[in-house]
Amino acid sequence: MSATSETVATQASTNGTSVLLSVDNVTLTFGGVKAISDISFNINKGEIRAIIGPNGAGKTSMLNVINGFYHPQKGQISYKGKTRRRMKPYQAASSGIARTFQNVALFSGMSTLDNIMSGRSLKMKRGLFWQALHVGPARQEEIEHRAYVEKIIDFLEIAHIRKQPVGKLPYGLQKRVELGRAMAMEPELLLLDEPMAGMNLEEKEDMSRFVLDLNSEFGTTIALIEHDMGVVMDLADRVVVLDYGQKIADGTPAEVQSNQNVIDAYLGVAS
Amino acid sequence: MLYREAGQFKTTYADDQALLPIAQDRIGLFIILAIAFVALPLFASEFFLSSIMIPFLVFSLAAIGLNILMGYAGQLSLGTGAFMGVGAYACYKLTTLYPDMSIIVVLLLSGVFSAAIGVVFGLPSLRIKGLYLAITTLAAQFFLEWCFIRIGWLYNYNDSGAIEVPTRTILGLAVTGPQATPLTRYMFILCVVTIMTLIAANVLRGRIGRSWMMIRDMDIAAELMGIKPLNAKLSAFAFSSYYCGVAGALMVFFWLGSAEVEAFDINHSFLILFMVIIGGMGSLTGCFMGAAFIWVLPVILRAIPSAFDLNLLAATMEHISSIVIGVLIIFFLIVEPHGLARLWQIGKEKLRTWPFPYAT
Repeated sequence: MSATSETVATQASTNGTSVLLSVDNVTLTFGGVKAISDISFNINKGEIRAIIGPNGAGKTSMLNVINGFYHPQKGQISYKGKTRRRMKPYQAASSGIARTFQNVALFSGMSTLDNIMSGRSLKMKRGLFWQALHVGPARQEEIEHRAYVEKIIDFLEIAHIRKQPVGKLPYGLQKRVELGRAMAMEPELLLLDEPMAGMNLEEKEDMSRFVLDLNSEFGTTIALIEHDMGVVMDLADRVVVLDYGQKIADGTPAEVQSNQNVIDAYLGVAS
Repeated sequence: MLYREAGQFKTTYADDQALLPIAQDRIGLFIILAIAFVALPLFASEFFLSSIMIPFLVFSLAAIGLNILMGYAGQLSLGTGAFMGVGAYACYKLTTLYPDMSIIVVLLLSGVFSAAIGVVFGLPSLRIKGLYLAITTLAAQFFLEWCFIRIGWLYNYNDSGAIEVPTRTILGLAVTGPQATPLTRYMFILCVVTIMTLIAANVLRGRIGRSWMMIRDMDIAAELMGIKPLNAKLSAFAFSSYYCGVAGALMVFFWLGSAEVEAFDINHSFLILFMVIIGGMGSLTGCFMGAAFIWVLPVILRAIPSAFDLNLLAATMEHISSIVIGVLIIFFLIVEPHGLARLWQIGKEKLRTWPFPYAT
């Protein structure tokens, strides 16, 4: 572990919280384009951490780095005290990182129930033999996981669309099913990429409620990208602001709001 | 009116997750099985069993194999015919090398060879998707066909280059070879197809089947849910090729009696592909519907004129049935591009809400 992440960890422990994930000096380039340059920040256990910034700031790239889609050229990511340079997405999944996508990425041919059940894939162990017979252990396993999935369905209030194919659902519900699918993985860290994009006020309120309840009832740590500033300021414990791949501010919502760099990034600077 | 689940309450998840949760479906399946297992053996003619029912079941099984790969795992393949050939040649080699081995064991083992070959030719799927993958599976088709011709060991250096099915018995009853009656062959195939269909249905509704569908619908998201694309894609190729291999062995041993390489050529692959597309991708019922549409319908069409004492040339009849089938394919694909199975499903949905179509 590098010196920087150790200092970050000690800082956090003095505040009475522990760092779940820390990003240290990460740089990501695509050819000549620098998507992320030298960014460091951390996510504490149990908090709601927002990542904001204008379009093209590198927010989604940041999430992709965290769950192993992109491998940064420089820097490292420590999750639960372990540092790894290159990681596959399925390794991130098995270590407890789940996410939702900016454009809904549901399994459109499957029902709501199957979509959420698919989140349980890693927790199901029975092999081909028992599955082929569908008796005994495999059947038992399927029923146990169904019970957990039903809890999520109740939590998200989507019982009425349980058996419907998700491809035909309205957008707001699809976003909700996607959240349910991520919840089914029982993640420690949940990455939400614009969970409220394109929603009306009521849907945003519902989704905010789910995010807050998820954080407090299930104790899930949440990293959230969002453009609706009202939502971000109300939900987030801490906010990190990116612009053109660089970190320009980091702190509580109130601090960030009054930061001159942030105001300049969003509103522009008079020349 | 007749078909609806009103009043059929489920109190456990086990009931709700049953293969056929609606009682009417269970009754329907029971009737179909009763016809297949009892009525047909009692009343059907030998011609009906050997040239309609046996091929229909063989093609259904092959279509299930391809549908698992294409409809459920989303990987296109044009090598079905060749994979069936691998099963057939493996079955032939095994039974001639070990004549005492039970034909059931030989049949099940021959699928294993086909599955292994399927995995090898499935490797490109890790890099290539969609139509381009279909082109690479053409390599399997041509390479394996070449093997069937050039490697004499596969057909025991027969002068004819064909594989001749020897007589094999189960409990003293001849099930393959010239002595086997159509009835015993039909019953054997029916049992195999029924059991294998049930197994496929079980696998497809469990974790493994779900992982295939995840890869099909959104491979990026699947990987983030912890699915390894390598495992999911190759297991789909293996499982699918196993079914195709067993279907190929059944085709030669229980239907044709002898086969040359032409039985496994590219036209054969296309035939199975059309069955899957017409029947409906991602539906097991669709496989049977597709096989019936492509195989049984032409046979019935050709039999119609003679039933009305019309004397038409065989060639004329052949052409007319091709035209009719072609028109029907276009018609059904326009009405429902997702195949007959979807049409059937929509019909059932309509029945459920009839006479109040606005209720959902």
